[in-house]
Amino acid sequence: MNKEKTGRKGGHETEQIKKRVKKHGIKFFVLIFWIFVWEAACRIINQELFLPSPLSVLLSIFDLAARPLFWLSILNSFIRIFIGFFLGIVSGIFLAVISYKSKLIYELISPLMKIIKSTPVASFIILALVWISSKNLSVLIAFLMVIPISFSNLLYGLRSTDVKLLEMAKVFRLSRWKRIKAIYFPAIMPFLASAVSVGLGFSFKSGIAAEVIGRPANSIGLNLYEAKLYLMIKELFAWTAVIIIISVLFEKIVVNIIGNYGQYKDIENKP
Amino acid sequence: MDIKVLNLNKCFNGQQVLKNVSMTFKSGSITCIMGASGIGKTTLANIMMGLQRADSGKIEGLKGKKISAVFQEDRLIEQWDAVKNIMLVCRKEFTQEYIHKNLNEIGLSDYEKKPVSSLSGGMRRRVAIVRALLLDYDVLIMDEPFKGLDYDLKKQVIGYVEKMTEGKTVIIITHDKDEVKMLKADLVIMNAEGSKADGKMQ
Repeated sequence: MNKEKTGRKGGHETEQIKKRVKKHGIKFFVLIFWIFVWEAACRIINQELFLPSPLSVLLSIFDLAARPLFWLSILNSFIRIFIGFFLGIVSGIFLAVISYKSKLIYELISPLMKIIKSTPVASFIILALVWISSKNLSVLIAFLMVIPISFSNLLYGLRSTDVKLLEMAKVFRLSRWKRIKAIYFPAIMPFLASAVSVGLGFSFKSGIAAEVIGRPANSIGLNLYEAKLYLMIKELFAWTAVIIIISVLFEKIVVNIIGNYGQYKDIENKP
Repeated sequence: MDIKVLNLNKCFNGQQVLKNVSMTFKSGSITCIMGASGIGKTTLANIMMGLQRADSGKIEGLKGKKISAVFQEDRLIEQWDAVKNIMLVCRKEFTQEYIHKNLNEIGLSDYEKKPVSSLSGGMRRRVAIVRALLLDYDVLIMDEPFKGLDYDLKKQVIGYVEKMTEGKTVIIITHDKDEVKMLKADLVIMNAEGSKADGKMQ
């Protein structure tokens, strides 16, 4: 009987491994496919100044990675964008909670969020340059990009909380903390994961754009600007690749942390 | 103190769901409410639980009393297992072992660590029953608590409910006369004209 159970368990694990290998195999194939397309385009154009090859960009990344300023620029940009992102998420959650509780507050905050969402990033960057130093520009821009996403997602999550479970909590006289843990958390987690996933991409894109315009010392934005200015196209591609890698890695880490609090890892696996 | 429902009225979108409903639930005993679908049994239960307000009429003897319930739907935390669902609401002094013992009594010991979303309808119903019984309460309201259970299981669960609710006021909404007989409960029948006490079913 035990052997049979172990056998079934083993079979299930093998099946899981097969599925994982297949999933990663497909991802690897997709990556190779697009690198081939890139390489093919590069050979057709045959001008490194317009489109460098994948290999030369890779070598360029290695070359950059050997310089201490590369890491310092990444660290500076990452910290600033992360602060903006984090403040945006937290403030969005706070505003969503008070808007959920009070219709009046919702009516007050909602138009502001709509304006922030609809205003072009470039307008914010230029306006913000008048108000604050270029060093802190990416913090503010990342914050402004994330807060409406966090606000609307969280508010939607709170509003989709199961009313029947809230009634159950009322009848059973559950404490506020128990209501949050058992009913609100599971309801908002998928929406929070989605806000984090979308918000991270936005904050990195807009934060770097702010740096390109503000050009603070030792930042990814400044390096991108200089690469463009001196037509160092390989470096431009290398820095872009670095931004994508950081953004994707960070998103995976944060979404995984959120996923550990519920069953929401699937959010990024949904087709 | 008995619970008295006096001339309760409730309308939804212009449609009268409860019309001058009056009935009495004897303190410390089990009373079953029967009646056709849509007659307002669940609405009455919701008003007693404080989830809805009556348009007019009143309920005496409920003030200050702690209520527990088995809802028409199970209303469990889907991703949590049975023990965690019960621990969320049950009295602090009840240990995991005690909960395990209770689940075991109604044939759920093998399933207590599985998320309730993976359990069958009958199993979920039993988890909801144990959850309601392990809460600190004076009045227990159960809305079709035994639906989805086969005869033997129903008998077993009814025995468990009887044992656990001894001396408590219990109100059970049901469609099944056999359940009323098995529970040896008082019976109130709700109809369009209001309600009438029907004594005990033989």
